[in-house]
Formats: sequence, C-alpha cells, structure tokens
Amino acid sequence: MKRLLPHPVLTVTLTILWLLLVNQFSAGQVILGALLGWLIPFSTTRFWPDPIRIHQPLALMRYFVVFMYDIVLGSFQVAYMILRGPSHLRPAFIRIPLVLKTDLAISLLANTISLTPGTVSAWLSEDRRTLIVHTLDTGDAEALVADIKQRYEAPLKRIFEGSE
Amino acid sequence: MLMTVIPIAYTLVSLAFLLSFWRLIKGPDAPDRILALDTLYINTLALLILLGIHLGSAIYFEAALLIAMMGFVGTVALCKYLLRGDIIE
Amino acid sequence: MNDFLLSVLILTGAIFTFIGSLGLARLQDFYTRLHGPTKATTLGVGCLLIASALYFSIRDGGVSLHEVLVSLFLFITSPVSAHLLAKAALHLRVKSLATLPTQKGDTPPKHP
Repeated sequence: MKRLLPHPVLTVTLTILWLLLVNQFSAGQVILGALLGWLIPFSTTRFWPDPIRIHQPLALMRYFVVFMYDIVLGSFQVAYMILRGPSHLRPAFIRIPLVLKTDLAISLLANTISLTPGTVSAWLSEDRRTLIVHTLDTGDAEALVADIKQRYEAPLKRIFEGSE
Repeated sequence: MLMTVIPIAYTLVSLAFLLSFWRLIKGPDAPDRILALDTLYINTLALLILLGIHLGSAIYFEAALLIAMMGFVGTVALCKYLLRGDIIE
Repeated sequence: MNDFLLSVLILTGAIFTFIGSLGLARLQDFYTRLHGPTKATTLGVGCLLIASALYFSIRDGGVSLHEVLVSLFLFITSPVSAHLLAKAALHLRVKSLATLPTQKGDTPPKHP
C-alpha cells in the first residue's frame, strides 16, 4: 500500500488540479486526473522528502477561514496606509522566535505572515529558530509577536506537528 | 452597467502600469526594479482577465496562467542571482 | 443583480490593483514598498478572477472554476517572491527607514 500509493494527499490534490485545469467535470477526466495523480507522485517519489501528515483536518479548515478573513482585512489596512501617505508609517524589523520544527509548517507560517496585515517575512535565521519580519506600521512589537504566535503558529503546530 | 465599469477598470489598471513602470525606471536599487517587474506581471494578469470579460472569450485565461507562471519563475531566478551571483549551481 | 455584483467585484479588483502600484511608486524605502504589491495587488487580481469565474459561469450556464487555479497559484507564489525579494535586499543591505537587524545570524551572510 505504502509503495503503491506513496503520497495520498498529493494524489488527491493533483486530481483536483487536473480537473480545474481542463475545466470539465466528466467521468473520463476524473479517471485521467486520478491516473496522473497516481503516476506523478509514483515516478517522482524520491523527490518528495516525507509525506505530509495532517493531525487535525478540522483545525486546518478553521485556520483557512481565519487566513482568508485576514487577507481581506490586511489588504484593506495596507490600502489605507498607502493612501494616507508614507509620513504616517512606523516601519520596523521584528524577531519572532519559532517553536515550529518541520519545513512545511515554517514555510506556511512565513507565507501566512506575508499575506496578513502589514507584515512581510524577510529572513529565517540559519538555525531556523527565528523569523525576521518587516512590519509596515508597528505600535507595540511585543503585542504583535504574541498575536502572530497565538493566531497562526499555535494552530499550525497542532495541525502539522501534533499536540505533543 | 458592466460596460460602463469595464472602461473605468481599464483606466485604473493602466495607471497601475504607468506607476510600476516609473518605479522600474527610477530604481534606485536592483531589488526595487525586480519588484516593479513582478508587479508589472501581475498587472498584465489583471489586464488580460479584464480583456477576457470584456470580449467574452475564455482564451485569455490560458495566457494569464502562463504569464503568472513565467512571472514567478523570472522573479525567483532574478532574486537567486542577487543572492548568490549565480542562477544554476 | 448579477450584473451589479460583477461590477462591484471588477471595480474593487481594479482599485486594489491600482493601490498596490501606487504604494510601489509612493512609499519611501524598499521594504515598505514591498507591502503594496504583495497584499493589495494580490487581492485585486483575486477579485478580478472571482468576477471572471462568475461571468463565465453565468454566461455558459455551467461552472467555470479554472480561474481558481490562477488565484491559488497567485496566493501561493506572491508571499514566496516577497520573501525572496526581502532576503535579496537584506543581503545587499538596501537602505531602510527602519533599523536593519544587526544580530549575528539575523541577516544573510556575505557571499565569498
């Protein structure tokens, strides 16, 4: 089973991507998509370091909803800051100490930070313990770090690394 | 109503083009120019989608997808060049 | 009704695209300029793509979802390119309004 279907999550994702690409939801396309979804991970299996394990699918859904809401909110805030003019901005670099360990969780956190209100992740330190983030308008850096840790990092840790 | 909104949208996206282009010329540093090029790619994407809605043709979608991919690969390659002084190691 | 919704989406999309580029042209240093295109422009193009999906779904009477593919791609790639650009700028020590991080290991090393 493990050898025949090395990456079940990737297979499902590729099938859905194929259906979206051809924009046609007939039975034939579903079969072709599933075939490609099986063949591509199977033939590139040495390229994928380790299979993704999702501990709490429901938490992932909730994370996604929070994420979408924050993207919309973030874009409105950034738009307002741009229109108000550069003299009102208080840009700063802040350091976020990480508890996440896996590559996937860290990159998801960095991407989330880049898409949400007024922050862009700029650099992950060599020892992968600290994320340097550039913020557009910082009042209280401590509060911002605490907010990011509680809002994004804690759920990501629960979803991808289990609660232990 | 749609046909009055679309020209306004064209105007706004074209202005976005001009602003990004100005930043591309002005610089002052290499990352600024790469960022301007990246923004120009995304603006092109917006323009193509608008064109698709305006002319009612789904063909522009494929072009938009290709431009999105090429834009990303181009930005990554240029950043890699700035970081390492080399693209293929 | 559909027409109205489409118009609102298109207008929002175009305005956000414009604001993203305005930020690129108007703000003072590279790191703040990075914020405009990554967030505002991404949402702007996202709105336009939703409008396009809606338009073709209504016109052809089916579901047209392939626009989702482009938005997905854009939402995955735009933070990655922003991160790489910020990294390159830190590496080149591009001038910033904020104080650059100084601790060892907090910035990319100089290449040999």
